[in-house]
Amino acid sequence: MSRLSIITQSRAQATIEELYKDLERRISASPSGLCPVDLASSFLKMCHAQSCGKCVPCRVGLGQLQTLMDAVLDGEGTLETIGLIGKTARNIFYSADCAIGYEAAQMVLKGIEGFRDDFEEHVLRNRCTLELNQPVPCVSQCPAGVDIPGYVALVAEGRCGDAVRLIRKDNPLPCVCGLICEHPCEVRCRRTLMDDPVNIRGLKRFAVETAGEVLLPVPAISTGKRVAVIGGGPGGISAAYYLTLMGHQVTIFEQRKKLGGMLRYGIPNYRLPRQLLDREIEQILSLGIEVKTEVTVGEYPSLTDLRNEYDAIYIAIGAHIDRKMGIEGEDAQGVISAVEMLRGIGDDERPDLTGQDIVVIGGGNVAMDVARSAVRLGAKRVRIVYRRRAVDMMAMPEEVEGAREEGCEVLELCAPLRIEKDTEGRVAALWVRPQIIGPLRNGRPAPRDSAQQDVRLACDRVIVAIGQGIESKAFEKQGVTVKRGVIDALSWSGVNAKDLTGVFAGGDCVTGPATVIRAIAAGKVAAANIDECLGYNHVISVDVKIPKVRLNDTKSCARVNMRQRKPSERIADFDLIECSMTREEASQEARRCLRCDHFGFGILKGGRVDKW
Amino acid sequence: MVTLTINGKTVQAAEGTTILDAARSAGISIPTLCFLKDINEIGACRVCVVEVEGCEKLVTACNNKVWEGMVIHTNSPKARESRRNNVELILSQHDSRCAICVRSGHCSLQRIANDLGICSLSFAVQYPKVAWPMQFPLIRDASKCIKCMRCVQVCDKIQGLHIWDVAGTGSRTTVDVSLNRKIKESDCALCGQCITHCPVGALRERDDVQCVLDALADPERITVVQVAPAVRAAWGETFGLSPEFATVRRLVAALRQVGFDYIFDTDFSADLTIMEEGSEFLHKLSNAENETFPLFTSCCPGWVRFVKSQYPDMTDQLSTAKSPQQMFGAVAKTYYAKLLGVDPSRLYCVSIMPCVAKKHECALDVFQDAGAGADVDVVLTTREVGRLIRSEHIDPAGLAEAEFDAPLGVGSGAGVIFGATGGVMEAALRSAYYLVTGRNPDPDSFSAVRGMDGWKEAEFNLAGQNVRVAVASGLGNARRLIEAVRKGKVQYHFVEIMACPGGCAGGGGQPIAEGQELAGARGEVLYGLDKQSDLRFSHENPAVKQCYADFLGEPLSPMAHVLLHTDHHAWRMPGEPEP
Repeated sequence: MSRLSIITQSRAQATIEELYKDLERRISASPSGLCPVDLASSFLKMCHAQSCGKCVPCRVGLGQLQTLMDAVLDGEGTLETIGLIGKTARNIFYSADCAIGYEAAQMVLKGIEGFRDDFEEHVLRNRCTLELNQPVPCVSQCPAGVDIPGYVALVAEGRCGDAVRLIRKDNPLPCVCGLICEHPCEVRCRRTLMDDPVNIRGLKRFAVETAGEVLLPVPAISTGKRVAVIGGGPGGISAAYYLTLMGHQVTIFEQRKKLGGMLRYGIPNYRLPRQLLDREIEQILSLGIEVKTEVTVGEYPSLTDLRNEYDAIYIAIGAHIDRKMGIEGEDAQGVISAVEMLRGIGDDERPDLTGQDIVVIGGGNVAMDVARSAVRLGAKRVRIVYRRRAVDMMAMPEEVEGAREEGCEVLELCAPLRIEKDTEGRVAALWVRPQIIGPLRNGRPAPRDSAQQDVRLACDRVIVAIGQGIESKAFEKQGVTVKRGVIDALSWSGVNAKDLTGVFAGGDCVTGPATVIRAIAAGKVAAANIDECLGYNHVISVDVKIPKVRLNDTKSCARVNMRQRKPSERIADFDLIECSMTREEASQEARRCLRCDHFGFGILKGGRVDKW
Repeated sequence: MVTLTINGKTVQAAEGTTILDAARSAGISIPTLCFLKDINEIGACRVCVVEVEGCEKLVTACNNKVWEGMVIHTNSPKARESRRNNVELILSQHDSRCAICVRSGHCSLQRIANDLGICSLSFAVQYPKVAWPMQFPLIRDASKCIKCMRCVQVCDKIQGLHIWDVAGTGSRTTVDVSLNRKIKESDCALCGQCITHCPVGALRERDDVQCVLDALADPERITVVQVAPAVRAAWGETFGLSPEFATVRRLVAALRQVGFDYIFDTDFSADLTIMEEGSEFLHKLSNAENETFPLFTSCCPGWVRFVKSQYPDMTDQLSTAKSPQQMFGAVAKTYYAKLLGVDPSRLYCVSIMPCVAKKHECALDVFQDAGAGADVDVVLTTREVGRLIRSEHIDPAGLAEAEFDAPLGVGSGAGVIFGATGGVMEAALRSAYYLVTGRNPDPDSFSAVRGMDGWKEAEFNLAGQNVRVAVASGLGNARRLIEAVRKGKVQYHFVEIMACPGGCAGGGGQPIAEGQELAGARGEVLYGLDKQSDLRFSHENPAVKQCYADFLGEPLSPMAHVLLHTDHHAWRMPGEPEP
């Protein structure tokens, strides 16, 4: 008998570990719209299986909770049953010995609060309020509802031109989105259940690059109606595109020198090359869209002027105003906002940072964009200062990773305190207060001051990237309602004000800073409703036949990720850093799609929306 | 063309053919359950699974296409085992007490289970129970539902009313009334198409056979039964009899054996309807500048429910004429009671209809115009009358034909074609022509409105006036037509609409033939009867003439208004606004 022995995993344990991984992937690919009570009850069953069985509340209580929840689900519960579930869950939360018990109870308590209505609907009407109304995971996650299984299948068939035409039915900027879309479509991709989500954005990029120039549809017969679009960003361009296809005459009013909005004045060239952006915009404008650049709608022309001249107006002014931190020394020379810096770069006015020591404040994609741009502009050192932990950053992980690869240092848990000026009023240093991470609030951990000493970060410039706001004053004066800093528009894009019939708004200026695809979706919604408002019912569709499904087995195959140019090479220029998929890769990747438009619920309902 | 191999046999099929069709064309049968051609091709039941060489997973034959060189085994051990297992799984959640199910003997699930030789179940039986208002004319039994989704699809794709939807998720997924409504709160038209497309007994009409048996057993009651036009083209299907043999006269003989006191024909009141509705139309036409067109027919209660719930502002465009069923009831309990010299409250009016909505119609408070309770006491569907006959152990095959009673048993060929789409319009035009010109037209002059197209239009010259008419059947088509009317894309004077595709011949109360749409064939039977009839004009029906002469006066008379017309605003559909 030995005193100690090496513990090795049994085969069963190894299999369980594998199953845990499967389960994690399964949960991450969980469809939306499922009955929350049913899911909570099912999770509870798993929690109960995790119980060691020592203590009463967990061993017995979790089982009883599940019985009570099943009674609710079976329509045998009453409002008292919900009360008893709450009481028992509270007891387990307070009296269970370890987290296996009390965290399970906490989950139930959250549910009773979070989806109380659904609990009651089950009890009172024996029904569930939730409905699975968009069953294709990628399409349901895409704000613009792009026919993803359709175009992925087209790519698999080598029909890239048709893929582009199909995408344009719902999204007129496939080239832009192929490069910089945040691809929410991939989040719940059902392929995740098998291995990894399909690289949908990569396939879109491949389709666009392979197709070459794809002709746009021919606009409908002119209606004689005139629509003004204020703001030439992705949302405004999308609305203008669809409205033009519907036969209306559109004029875009753009404040800056060129169209593109944040695509030009927010996203650096190395992620979205200007040349490609220009080409995509020019093609859309060639449909006959009139553009007036360097015109700020406000005093002159005013909204009222435009209302007199146009039949409808779409406000898509985005969110371009920088936010101030409100710390001492923020007025120092050398403190600039990310918005300001990227705007300059967008107009080809690149600051020279050669040899400078830069500190970037913020943890979002914009912070990464300015940090990485600073590297390219010659900075000798770039530090990114963030209040929370690096893992809590809102920026996409690959952006953070990319910044690090390019030499940016991430200083996590540092709250900006004040900016120290030199005698000439220039930035000398940023002082930060070290933080300690704290409890989760609304799902994100809140930092607080730690006991450590404040730290001085000597630097030449501070770039502030802590979010953007909208410039709404001029519109507010003309009766556009502004709520919590954004324009108050309804779900159909109409501005929520009585006397403003025919005025619509959407995108960042309504939602606050969001993503390009959400702006595009807003433009699409606005176009449909403006058309309706003008008394028409034009239909946007495309005559692309979707390839039939392949029945050959979907064998396990991991995802093709996008490759990037070598860090040492790419920091020397502003050229695109992401490499294309090869034909071989794209073909394999496209065939990984599980065709949820055909298999599963998609064939019954909502699998394909041919037109809108 | 692609060439493939099914069960060792070389088969040629056109590109895009499903495995199911390719196999069928080669004489190889693959069982299906949820599949309904063009309507429900969702591969939900997984009964039609086959093995395809090179594919690890089984493939559904109903919704997957063949490819060049495909090698299929429809009955390999793997396919066979999986199919059987799936049927057993379905049965584990299906109330399989077939002895007390209306669909026993023509249930698709029963058939596939029997075919597969399933004599016992490996699984615990656990069928869901959902409360249902059993007094409602349409009954859904959740414990029998196999979630094939056909009802959802038929209501979505054919009828466009979206009454049914998938409800719940996960293991509790079922079918229920959409938008979390109760059926009574819904705008269901009660067309019954969901019933006739249900493969099992999960959907059925409320069974009222016992009410009829009770009335027959009551010596104080005088039972009067009317037989709707479309019933005669379909009732024999229940007994496996051809339409040539299963004539309406043989049905009369069976009903006599059942013990009804008087057996009449709804064709009689269909002719009355033509007199009233036709006169109403001509009146409207003569006053065209002050009237809103089109005038819509009102004989289909499913359509009336539809228009009142979907386009309440158009309710006034419905003809005020009652449906033939209700005209019959009102006349029976007044005129006929008088002829018999009895207190009308002793009369018990039964009607045999191809329809579920008629059950709702007859129970409406507004249809008590004879002053003796409901004008029509109970409605039996064609299916129920089959069950009634069987319950009396009558074998119609052994019966000689018998005649309807007089006078309400006299009907014209124009009345007969009420049972087919376009028939009401054609009958109305025949008599309208006469009423305007004083001459009979060739009875087949208006045959342009016949046929199974969902939306037909025609233009006729009525004594110098062009009359534009349209006919739609199926509520999805009705909606398309109405939308076009509302948008001003089409203009009509008179429109006939029937809720069921093909009209009453395809009614939701007709016998159920799995996978077959028989409305067209049944309609042909009705047109054949009209062709053979000596009496092809409603206005020539001697019994109708007599009734006007002795009792009603003339069409649109005050008496006719009381007994033969109705106020469509006198009752409301769920959610219908106050007029």
